[in-house]
Amino acid sequence: MKAHLTRRYWFSASHRLHSESMSPEENRRTYGKCNNPHGHGHNYALEVTVSGPVDQATGMVCNLVDLDEFVRGHILERFGHENLNMLAAFRQRVPTTENLCREIFEILQRGFTTAHLEKVRLEETMMNSFEYAGDAEVRK
Amino acid sequence: MVYLTRKAEFSASHYYHNPQFSPEENRRIFGKCNNPNGHGHNYTLEVTVKGDVDPRSGFVVDLKQLKEILNREVLDALDHRFLNKEVPEFATRIPTTENIAISVWQRLHSRLERAQLHRVRVYETPDLFVDYYGE
Repeated sequence: MKAHLTRRYWFSASHRLHSESMSPEENRRTYGKCNNPHGHGHNYALEVTVSGPVDQATGMVCNLVDLDEFVRGHILERFGHENLNMLAAFRQRVPTTENLCREIFEILQRGFTTAHLEKVRLEETMMNSFEYAGDAEVRK
Repeated sequence: MVYLTRKAEFSASHYYHNPQFSPEENRRIFGKCNNPNGHGHNYTLEVTVKGDVDPRSGFVVDLKQLKEILNREVLDALDHRFLNKEVPEFATRIPTTENIAISVWQRLHSRLERAQLHRVRVYETPDLFVDYYGE
């Protein structure tokens, strides 16, 4: 029997939305307040969903300790209390929450192989959230 | 097709233990959850059903009936119980959140009439939940 397990994590980071391929005026128009050169920050809520058969011996899709350790080491420590624009991942890409969501999905997909990665959901604020499932459709 | 979700809450205790593992293995795999005296959670349950809207009633499902089935089949059995000791399926199955979601599905699945069960979601805490789609 296959189950989907979702774990929720938190981290805080700052960013500035600014694209080198746009004029200053276009940047201001596109990104509004988010274009402030000094940046601003969010408390991001991250949801990681993995799926797989429920192991008969443990009753688990995967051991939470393994998932927590991976997310802490590869995601929370990498992005938590950082200025996203300074990180290699966002040298060429604007650190929108769309791009951050995709980046986190790709880190998990490359490195966490204990269970199938289903989806990453990222809340930038309580009012907006983003979901990415790679090539698959987001399942509701 | 319209999807309808009903929420419910129950509180229960459990512990994780596989008698086929050695005491050392049980502690290593299940950590604190292996404490034989148990520990508890306030679980939140979301049951999602789907179906076409009945043109006469305007309902996908009669919520009153769904609530009755949910109360009788799930909440009466799980709420304020020690899952390992008092709920039959957990005598042989470890009451993880995964297995609780499967159990809720099995308890509801055959009892719904018009609407079709789409998803059972069980929150063990606000930061951990499991979805089961009957697969």
